[in-house]
Amino acid sequence: MSFFLETLVSGLLAGTMYSLVAIGFVLIYKASGVFNFAQGSMLLFASLTFVTLVERNVPFWAALLATVLVMVAGAVLIERLVLRPLVDRDALTLFMATLGLSFVIEGLAQLLMGTDVHMLDLGIDDVPISIAGLSVSQFDIFAAGTALLLVIVLSIVFNKTRMGISLRAVADDTLAAQSIGIRLPAIWRIVWSVAGIVALVAGLVWGARQGVQYSLSLVTLKALPVLIIGGFSSITGAIVGGLLVGATESLADIYIGPLVQGSVSTWFAYILAVAFLLVRPAGLFGDRAIERV
Amino acid sequence: MPQPADALLDDRPLRRIASPRVLLILLVLVIAFGVVPAIGNDYWLSSIVIPTIVMGLAGIGLNLLMGYTGLVSLGSAAFMSIGAFATYNLLLRVPVLPLPLVLVLAGLISAVAGVLFGLPSLRIKGFYLAASTLGAQFFFEWLFTNYNWFSHESQSLTISAPRLEAFGHDLSSATGRYLLVAVSAAVLIALAFAIIRSRVGREWMAIRDMDTAAAVIGIHVAGRKLLSYGISSFFCGIAGALWAFGYLGTADAHAFNLDKSFQVLFIVLIGGSATIFGNFLGAAFIVLMPIALDRIALATDLSALTDQGALANIQHIIFGVIIIVLLIKEPDGLASLLRRLVPPGTNPRRAGG
Repeated sequence: MSFFLETLVSGLLAGTMYSLVAIGFVLIYKASGVFNFAQGSMLLFASLTFVTLVERNVPFWAALLATVLVMVAGAVLIERLVLRPLVDRDALTLFMATLGLSFVIEGLAQLLMGTDVHMLDLGIDDVPISIAGLSVSQFDIFAAGTALLLVIVLSIVFNKTRMGISLRAVADDTLAAQSIGIRLPAIWRIVWSVAGIVALVAGLVWGARQGVQYSLSLVTLKALPVLIIGGFSSITGAIVGGLLVGATESLADIYIGPLVQGSVSTWFAYILAVAFLLVRPAGLFGDRAIERV
Repeated sequence: MPQPADALLDDRPLRRIASPRVLLILLVLVIAFGVVPAIGNDYWLSSIVIPTIVMGLAGIGLNLLMGYTGLVSLGSAAFMSIGAFATYNLLLRVPVLPLPLVLVLAGLISAVAGVLFGLPSLRIKGFYLAASTLGAQFFFEWLFTNYNWFSHESQSLTISAPRLEAFGHDLSSATGRYLLVAVSAAVLIALAFAIIRSRVGREWMAIRDMDTAAAVIGIHVAGRKLLSYGISSFFCGIAGALWAFGYLGTADAHAFNLDKSFQVLFIVLIGGSATIFGNFLGAAFIVLMPIALDRIALATDLSALTDQGALANIQHIIFGVIIIVLLIKEPDGLASLLRRLVPPGTNPRRAGG
């Protein structure tokens, strides 16, 4: 029983790491309806930039600030060069543009900073500590705490600040928002910058766990089922979806994996997501579209 | 019986079978079966012509689904792998079956899988649908690597062309494989045109343009969507078999990974949505692009300056940039570019359809 619980808890905590990635998606989807496949590449780029700076003996906080500036500069460039020329195009075109973007970002990241695996030490050890008889990794708790903090900060920004309210207005009705004077390019620059910073946070947590390397960009594929379960436009959904996927995935790997000769974690979350969708087509917290002819 | 709401459904007027068109088809056939095998050397056939045609066929498969019916799939490579593994197993385990029949059966097996993974499309729309096709992508890659029954208990999990022959002709030479691929392509292209010009094709386009409206005018939307997944996967399945045995000669599940699915997606995008010939332009682009970049790097001595890894990254970047630029500048793909280059008056709609 305690083994089951430990598997469950470590799954839930791993799930918060998926949520961290998913939140970046949700931000961009909410504000511009773009399904940003490049989120994983942004994560790779951010963590690689940070780790390269730290390895060149730049102090931690200076490196963090510099990386944030790099991500903001990236967001401005993306808005100007990719999003603005593609305004009002259909969702699939925008999605494919972000696929192209992910090629560019990954290529740039590795061209500029190399393909080696970089170790990243955030000063938190990955050692198990005992909570109520269960042994839980200290690092996992740190990651979960980070995700929680991020969600709190983002919901304050979204609900209380002027910028957050204009953001929600754009998400709600782009045309109406524009007609009352909200500048779309500015909103996009902000949202992509915030998504870049979220990518940095997620990249640091993931990078500390498994090293900063190319495979980090593949977490995009882990975040997708999370988004589908949670709904593309809900940050709460990203968290709940992450927890669900993390928990069921680690349980399935332990209890179903051996029955079918191998790890099922590559596809299990997707099958779970599809099963979910059949019951709730817009995800848990997604908006239901009303169809008119 | 009159076609219902014909004018509403018809976004691309039916082109009459005019004599210039027939001549064009004849010309293409003469080039494909007379000129190319005669002048093409093994390198050109094996590394450029064959992969272009095969990827073009996979592109048609996805385009029928995406361009004509408006559904999303990120799992084309999964259906290609089903076709490849089905062909391999049928040839090996049922030796009486001739290759052409095996290819059709393999296509049908992929089609069944396509319908199965298309089932969520009845409830789910848009990008949420990507989940089920991505599920297919990861599930089949996992299935074919974890169960070596599919690769006939081979330790390396690879499948190699068992017997490439049809009507008593050995097809394992470059020319033979080219003929296999070209004949399959000719048949499948004809089939694709027949489908998109039939009532089914028109109903697909109505669903693409607005499925609620399509349902209102009496189209059986659910059935047509599933049929679209089935037919799309049929094309992808055969393309997969040809990719494994007509091009690679040997393959494993990882030859059909997510990157391959994205390549098929890019072919549709670059070639143009809702065109048949455009897929071959897109496929040629995908196949020739890395070769061209390599040649440019060699010619400009870039490869001396940078190492192979950096070169791969530069290729990555250029490829990404080209995709974005194409999306911005040429939203309807190379097919529409070609259509504009044809002088007006000769036959303005020729390159479409």
